[in-house]
Amino acid sequence: MSEDLYYKTATELRRLLENRTISAVELVQSAIARTKATDDKVRAYLDTNEDEAIELARASDERRANGKILGPLDGIPVSIKDLIVEKGKLARCSSRILENFVSPYDATAIVNLRNSGAIPWGRVNMDEFAMGSSTETSYFQKTANPWDLERIPGGSSGGSAACVAAGQTVLSLGSDTGGSIRQPAALCGVVGMKPTYGTVSRYGLIAFASSLDQIGPFSRCVEDSAMLLDAISGYDPLDSTSYSGDIPNCAQAIPEKKGPWKLGIPKEYFPDNLDPEIRTAVEAAVDNYRARGCEIIEVELPHTELAIPVYYIIATAEASSNLSRYDGIRYTHRSEESTDALDIYFKSRGEGFGEEVKRRICLGSFVLSSGYYDAYYLRAQKVRNLIRKDFQNAFKQVDALLTPTSPTPAFKFGERTEDPLTMYLSDIFTINVNLAGFPALSLPCGLTSGNLPIGLQVIGQPLKEDDLFAIAHSYEQANDYWKLRPTL
Amino acid sequence: MEYEPVIGLEVHVQLKTNTKMFTRAPYHYGAEPNTLTDPVVLGMPGTLPVMNRKAIEMTIQAGLLLGCKIPETCKWDRKNYFYPDMPKNYQISQFDQPICDGGEVEIEMLGPSRNVMGEHRNVKLTRIHLEEDVGKLTHFDSESLVDYNRAGTPLIEIVSEPDLYSPEEAFAYLTALRNCLVAAGISECDMEKGQMRCDANVSIRPKGTTELGTKVEIKNLNTISGVRNGIAYEIQRQTLAMENNQPIVQETRRWNADEGYTTSMRSKEMAHDYRYFPDPDLMPVKVSQDWLEQLAEDLPELPFDMQRRYMRDYDLPYTITSVLCPDAKLAAYFENALAVYEKPKQIANFITNDLLRELSAAGENGSLPLDQCKVRPEHVAELVQLIDKGDISSHIAKEVFPEMFSTGKGPSQIVDEKGLKQSTDTGELEATCQEIINNNPKPVAEYKAGKEPAINALKGQVMKMTRGKANPKIVDEILRKLLA
Repeated sequence: MSEDLYYKTATELRRLLENRTISAVELVQSAIARTKATDDKVRAYLDTNEDEAIELARASDERRANGKILGPLDGIPVSIKDLIVEKGKLARCSSRILENFVSPYDATAIVNLRNSGAIPWGRVNMDEFAMGSSTETSYFQKTANPWDLERIPGGSSGGSAACVAAGQTVLSLGSDTGGSIRQPAALCGVVGMKPTYGTVSRYGLIAFASSLDQIGPFSRCVEDSAMLLDAISGYDPLDSTSYSGDIPNCAQAIPEKKGPWKLGIPKEYFPDNLDPEIRTAVEAAVDNYRARGCEIIEVELPHTELAIPVYYIIATAEASSNLSRYDGIRYTHRSEESTDALDIYFKSRGEGFGEEVKRRICLGSFVLSSGYYDAYYLRAQKVRNLIRKDFQNAFKQVDALLTPTSPTPAFKFGERTEDPLTMYLSDIFTINVNLAGFPALSLPCGLTSGNLPIGLQVIGQPLKEDDLFAIAHSYEQANDYWKLRPTL
Repeated sequence: MEYEPVIGLEVHVQLKTNTKMFTRAPYHYGAEPNTLTDPVVLGMPGTLPVMNRKAIEMTIQAGLLLGCKIPETCKWDRKNYFYPDMPKNYQISQFDQPICDGGEVEIEMLGPSRNVMGEHRNVKLTRIHLEEDVGKLTHFDSESLVDYNRAGTPLIEIVSEPDLYSPEEAFAYLTALRNCLVAAGISECDMEKGQMRCDANVSIRPKGTTELGTKVEIKNLNTISGVRNGIAYEIQRQTLAMENNQPIVQETRRWNADEGYTTSMRSKEMAHDYRYFPDPDLMPVKVSQDWLEQLAEDLPELPFDMQRRYMRDYDLPYTITSVLCPDAKLAAYFENALAVYEKPKQIANFITNDLLRELSAAGENGSLPLDQCKVRPEHVAELVQLIDKGDISSHIAKEVFPEMFSTGKGPSQIVDEKGLKQSTDTGELEATCQEIINNNPKPVAEYKAGKEPAINALKGQVMKMTRGKANPKIVDEILRKLLA
């Protein structure tokens, strides 16, 4: 029976749990079995704690037997990207420098997840410190795309996307700084969502770029995504950038909001060199909306082309400072070779960080240095404001924007590792959203001729995730792309 | 040529909050190493800072007290540099938008003598900003240990303009600043405990010119006398260099208190590039007018204002006010006593003479702190009251006070228990006086012959017989009546 569970959605599993067709223990055992059977190919998981997961599932079954479930996700396993800390567990950020770091505390998102009854299960792979678009910069392993094991799953949350696509876990938590949830979701044919900045607490999210980072859900359908976001979001006094006002209940809103909507198509997101199959798929999605009565409006986001330079100045500046705590003095890897304090810094960081992380620390330190600050960091902040204004202006006319998520489908291992600039362009359609602080999600909208998933990005308005989910859900209901599964 | 020194001070003061600047971990002095930490203090991955409102309020109050402008918005910046005592390898501080702008500190120079007030002058401040403190390194032969207890403690930095012109002025400035901050309950400012630390910028210029010379920063001035001596040494060193036509290099030097000289730490070229940028984990602080007004209500009187008031309203001498007013706790003690019985001079005398003497004698390491003193302010007032009522003489009061100090009993209780009350029973006293007159014919005869001072011999006899309890004024009256 449990084989049938692999590709169920959380919404379906919830019903099966509710009518006692399955128990949470059976569900978790099925996830463990599936992972055991497939992860030597996919390599999504860094750590699994099976005993603990079964223990939590047993507790969930007990709650259910007593009629005291904590919420819709009670008993459903969720894998965790290796940069969201859990008390007593390794949180290595896929980096050698944190190879032995066991967190003494829980991230707020984890606390919220537990309070919803969901079962955090396993730590999944990522690009080192979330720096990358292919999960290839992980110190520990390279995760494969379940649709084509020769190809990358996207990144940085490649482990989250791959494990959901491979049927290993129904839900996963990732993080998105410049597209790190949406791009791998697109490349693996699943739903990935980045909330409005401030919606989900960053307390316990190991920082890459503080002003851009957000935790968000991975799932197989839009409804699941909304449920998981509802579980983890909310004001947190431990995060000073957390939003203290009301946020919508998204899962509840989906059936209530039926459109039709005004949808914007930013022409800057359909450049001449866009992969033709992606263009065709996304345009077909736009046509689908139009056919269902939505008004399609062409809009302009004139500062789009500045996104990559602005992002790589702001993100690396913040990262260079955020990552300076990994110094070999306390909980981090300390070089055996080091002799004094300065030596500990140089050698431990030299050994502990990978190439891409070092490249970004150098870039970030440079743009903040005396004499260059005004020309780079300060100017980048000004352009960031212009980018935000672009979005605000566009949203005066529309409810959401429709764009491709990634300019290309999944590429092969090693194809871009030698060329960081090409790698950086992987995020060209997602980065602006982080700079503006807006919410967006990616959902499947087709396959290439090579059988690789294509993602449609829907960009919503700040704090209107309910609308965003409803708009995405309407497309999902009208199409079957989200039901496509890779063969493993 | 004669040279004039120009000095600016950067004073770090630890705020007296219960918890740290960006987390609820507690702080107090002298705890076991690394016991006052939490994941935020240790800069664990994923942790975030949350502002301590009390620390911001104390900083605003310091600013209001010193006449600073409080801008509507201030913000947090990261100061990036690597050092093992700093868990995140950046310090959250304020770069270009501090909590307080400008302001000034009133200082008093030494007067011509101990009894005469010296000249007063206002020293200009540049700014006051708030930041987090770092931990503490202890070095051993082959290893170093870090204690993060102090890390993350709220610290304000008070930066003066180059507006001090001698080591004595620097000393007076530090003293005045400390008195103000202690009075407001903002800090204990104990330099021995590192609650107040000072760096000095020193330059010299030909006397009469206005342009500033090349400045040298002096670090490690850990005591008030260190500040005076370190600056004095540096002025001497720079003057000598000028006189010998040697250049003065812009650099940071360390004061070596044991040897009495400064040595170079790093030159301008080796100075850190702190790569300041706004901390993305914290929002700017908005200071509303309402909040400012509320905080202003809670401010104490400045020590020098208090001193002027005491001299004017209570007619207290400078010497006494200069003991009472700089010590906020002592001044409060005085005022509490005054609230019970309004005899400022007598009360102030008991406090500055008897009380301070007893405290000094009782302390093992310096004076016993006032808050450990058993004598309550109302007891001092009561004691003065007993004298005024004629219940005891001031001579007896001087004996009662040490008893109050050692036992904590009120003066009336001691007087009762020891039977020290002056006799007011004139019948009994008359009998005693008559007896003395009968037994001392010689002074009686002398007095009656018009030799006035002879009565003093009789009075002395009466006092001796009553063991000092008789009121001398009443004894005088009775004797004169009986001899009339």
